[in-house]
Amino acid sequence: MISRSRKLFLWTVRCLMGLAVAVTGGITLFIVFYVLAQGLPNITWELLSTSPSYLSDRIGILPDILNTVYIIIATLVIVLPLGVGAAVYLTEYATNRRIVSVIEYAAEALSGIPSIIYGLVGMLMFSNNIGTSLMAGALTLVIMNLPTIMRNTQESLKTVPQSYREGAFGLGAGKWRVIRTVVLPNCVDGIVTGCILSVGRILGESAALLFTAGFAHMANGFFEGLGSAGATLTVALYIYAKEQGEFEVAFAIASILMILAMLINLSATLVTKKFQRRKK
Amino acid sequence: MKKSSKLFEGFVHGIFLVLGLVTIACVLIITVYLVASGIPGIVEIGLTDFLFGDEWASTAAEPKYGILPFILTSIYGTLGAIIIGVPIGVLTAVYLAKIAPSSVKNVMGQMVSILAGIPSVVYGLVGMMVLVPGLRKLFDIPDGASLLAAIIVLAVMILPSIIKMSVTALEAVPQEYEDASLALGATAEETYFRVSLPAAKSGVAASVVLGVGRAIGEAMAVMMVAGNAPNMPDSLFQSVRFLTTAVASEMSYSSGLQRQALFSIALVLFVFIMLINALLNFFLKGEKKE
Repeated sequence: MISRSRKLFLWTVRCLMGLAVAVTGGITLFIVFYVLAQGLPNITWELLSTSPSYLSDRIGILPDILNTVYIIIATLVIVLPLGVGAAVYLTEYATNRRIVSVIEYAAEALSGIPSIIYGLVGMLMFSNNIGTSLMAGALTLVIMNLPTIMRNTQESLKTVPQSYREGAFGLGAGKWRVIRTVVLPNCVDGIVTGCILSVGRILGESAALLFTAGFAHMANGFFEGLGSAGATLTVALYIYAKEQGEFEVAFAIASILMILAMLINLSATLVTKKFQRRKK
Repeated sequence: MKKSSKLFEGFVHGIFLVLGLVTIACVLIITVYLVASGIPGIVEIGLTDFLFGDEWASTAAEPKYGILPFILTSIYGTLGAIIIGVPIGVLTAVYLAKIAPSSVKNVMGQMVSILAGIPSVVYGLVGMMVLVPGLRKLFDIPDGASLLAAIIVLAVMILPSIIKMSVTALEAVPQEYEDASLALGATAEETYFRVSLPAAKSGVAASVVLGVGRAIGEAMAVMMVAGNAPNMPDSLFQSVRFLTTAVASEMSYSSGLQRQALFSIALVLFVFIMLINALLNFFLKGEKKE
């Protein structure tokens, strides 16, 4: 038999836990369904396929969609070689423990810096030199996402069996050849996961882009777009909700972002599962 | 090995070394930029007037640049978010790590990931449309955009980091600890709260520090629900401005000393974040040792 006070503890704890789980789950479900319910009915083909026009009093988010895609592509193209390269250096080349720990510490520091500070530094470093543009935004995002790509690649490089490398070395391959043909192909999963997570982060980013990429709504081609200012979906959401009071459009964008965020979650889970199975 | 190929390998090594050092360079450049652009403002205003001045009136005829209201708001806001978010997060984490059947665990895990993936502007939008009017009606105040609204939004936003990290820490507690406690006659719940949770304390503490970092650095969601008036945070229902939103809200039209003061605010924020990072590392190291 357990005493009365212990029983009381038991039930208090159980109730509190139940409550906490209910709150967490409830809030998540509420946000998801509320945003989708408010936003999905407002998504029309016209909204998705046109640019905003004051003349015909029309709001379209095509430029914002294009800008988001451009900025994602530009960021990934730059950050991939940097992040993967850094990870390769750390796991394959670095012999000095001190350098490794300094680099890892730096990556940790980078991932702890809030996005508003990135926005500010990005503005000073990039926008003041090449102008407020998607490219300046992308460069800012490169620094932000460097740790994500690096860490994921590093984790998966560590799981490549040492025997693979030894086998390749034994056959007379040079270090670079081993990395290119044996090590890198075996850590594709980490790189892909890193990319997916980065895309998620870029999609959700707003504070870092407000002052670096600006908030114009012009539909441009890829290279022209990179050179000019433009709002991504999140920045557009902020502008429409906070500055212009266009809540229908804001909710429409929010529901698009929500669906994309869930898709990204799903694909990250699937990729991890798929590669785990293969490794077993 | 041939000389040319040796040269080539050395070249490749060099390239990777440079790529590895890019991260360090980024941190250094960010620090240098922030310090270089933040110091002049502080010098001109005076450190004590800047940090402890209790009035911010950057566009007045005789401008005042005291950021104490912002500092206090950021601290109160973060504390509030921690007070609400940590109990909910840790209790959820204990349930998920120790008690939940695997199906519940999977579903909740997905939900927590979704919560983590929601962009901050969406939190801001929902807060603006649901929370702010709700608070206004509930407490019968003229405007619901307040410190309390910001605290609630921040509490929700830090939940995922707290839950995920605490679950990891709790799962790493050796089974023997729990077995021993159970064998001595403790109930399952007593074991989880009196044995597992203390054993995982540095991981849980790290999750809280991570939450603090997220809360203090959040800008957009807070900007949309906190009202943004540079008031002293005397009451929960006051419209307030955080360090982050102080930078964001005036940057687009600032100039001269006002602009420099904004950079100085960013520098203060950066110092806060670096202190928090150091604390986080301390706790993470503690976890590794155990």
